[in-house]
Amino acid sequence: MILAQQQYLNEFDWTSLDPVFLIVKVIIVFAMLLISVMLMVWFERKVVSDMQNRIGPNVAGPWGMLQTLADGIKLFFKEDLTPDGADKRVFKLAPYLSLIPAFLMFAVVPIGGNFRGESNGAVEIFGQTTFLQLVDPQMGILLFLAMSGLGIYGVMLAGWSSGSKYPLLGAVRASAQMVSYEAALGLSLAAVLLSSGSLRTSEIVASQVDGRFGIGGWNVFSLGFIPFVVFLIAGTAELNRPPFDLVEAEQELVGGFHTEYSSLRFSLFFLAEFMNVVTMAAIIVTLFFGGPDGPVFTDTLGFVWPILWFFLKVVVFLFIFVWFRATLPRLRYDQLMDLGWKVLIPFSLGWFLLLAAIRVGQNEGWSLFIVIPVGIAVMGMGSMLLMAAVRNARTQRADADFVEEFG
Amino acid sequence: MGYLEGFAVTFNKLLEERVTGEYKAKGEGEKREKPERFHGRHVLNRYEDGMEKCIGCELCAGVCPARCIYVRGADNQPENPVSPGERFGYVYEINYLRCIHCDLCVEACPTQAITESKLFEFSFTNRQDAIYTKDELVVGDDGMPQKLPWEDWREGDDKLTSGWMRATSPGGSVAYQNTVAWSGELGYGVRPAEKGQADDESPKAMIAAGNDHDADAHDATSGGH
Repeated sequence: MILAQQQYLNEFDWTSLDPVFLIVKVIIVFAMLLISVMLMVWFERKVVSDMQNRIGPNVAGPWGMLQTLADGIKLFFKEDLTPDGADKRVFKLAPYLSLIPAFLMFAVVPIGGNFRGESNGAVEIFGQTTFLQLVDPQMGILLFLAMSGLGIYGVMLAGWSSGSKYPLLGAVRASAQMVSYEAALGLSLAAVLLSSGSLRTSEIVASQVDGRFGIGGWNVFSLGFIPFVVFLIAGTAELNRPPFDLVEAEQELVGGFHTEYSSLRFSLFFLAEFMNVVTMAAIIVTLFFGGPDGPVFTDTLGFVWPILWFFLKVVVFLFIFVWFRATLPRLRYDQLMDLGWKVLIPFSLGWFLLLAAIRVGQNEGWSLFIVIPVGIAVMGMGSMLLMAAVRNARTQRADADFVEEFG
Repeated sequence: MGYLEGFAVTFNKLLEERVTGEYKAKGEGEKREKPERFHGRHVLNRYEDGMEKCIGCELCAGVCPARCIYVRGADNQPENPVSPGERFGYVYEINYLRCIHCDLCVEACPTQAITESKLFEFSFTNRQDAIYTKDELVVGDDGMPQKLPWEDWREGDDKLTSGWMRATSPGGSVAYQNTVAWSGELGYGVRPAEKGQADDESPKAMIAAGNDHDADAHDATSGGH
């Protein structure tokens, strides 16, 4: 399947695409993203209020759906403040630094197209043969990692340039948190890449479509649940969403990195944040749930059917993000670091190595009944060593403290 | 797994009934009844004969923790008095951008001139409008608060507001000592006595309750001398 996809992409005549059509596509994706952000904010507020036995926004538009629009318009007309102590140029640049990567990230996500048949994900719309994704570069998913890495700069520079202590603390937390969770994110992503053999998002999707019951090939099942769970947790941390929202912990840091921002600049941060949520849900669906692939396909709806599957799966993950927020209290800073470095990274690294061992075993013709137990035994030994090291470090530190205090 | 139980709790909340209701704007229907001792917008009370209760003593302004009350007293003209006492509240202003509705002014008032209604939904679009003057605060001729066009008055918002329960008479007269009873409430009469209070039947209570306003007025006058 994946080879066919690769061959198809290599042979595809990219120059046959009409540039006007491409521009239309860009505008459609851009507008859809904006609208989805608007609806996501509404969705989050509505679901959270449901989970707290309240009604939530219900005045603007049907079921309050236009509440975000009203808030946006209000922010637009608010006074734009720049603190005296701010580094003005960086202060004004920072919101765009977090918004633009958020926009670009979505470009690599395939939102539709049937990857099962002969079409290889291409669809015919208005006489054009096209893919339902903005770009499909060879580096594909790396663009996502790069852009989420760049997004940190927006947060960090915003906090630093505000010239105020709470934003600075938020920015320090943001950089530490995002750097440590990026590692776990990357390692669980590596497990996916191991099975797809390609960085292209369309090929990652294509590698998941042929499985039992229509969904057996999805990475969430075929890789074991661990990479998915690690990716979901690390992704939530990467988004600075509860329970990992130390960056803007209201009770401690006022608003965190965006404390000093107001009016339109604040709304840009807000937009970027929720856009990242939508994109992260779409990326999770692409990497682990077969993207636009679904267990049931009919030709009656044409190219709309895969889009519906994709949309449904994204909404489920958006709901899960909101559910996290409504359920879990915020982690303490040391708990956050413990979870990232001592649990997620070792776990995803170990699982990655186990998957690699199984793959090597398959290639070499070794029996899986030997490879898996040996792999698990090695993993267990590794984790015991790690725990011993952690415990040893802790006791030594405690001893050192004791000596320092009581001599 | 303690973590996962929490997820079930929040999910089940989705299916439960909501505890909050729709916000009923002006003209959109009934609101929930407010508690009996709710603190809302102030009113400046008057006696049945139309005299103002306020004597311009500025105790309310002095006790106000938010410093939102501004009072200036002036001498009554003997031939045309505004209040039964020697002096009356010449200027009376409350800034509702500052008021925290703590009711300390109401407790401080020696003549029960200032009390709080249950109205809390009134809005203004500039700072000047937030300052209520005597024109807006004084009750009407029927003893009811003025219902200003930008305020959202609901039924019962003006009930049980001006009546006061005192162990002694407001004027401090010895004759009413140790008589716990309600004072008269303008527009509504006297509240029924609660447990442990003198009931309406006893003449002493009637007087202490302020139904006989001449006595009250007399007290106020003599208090002023």
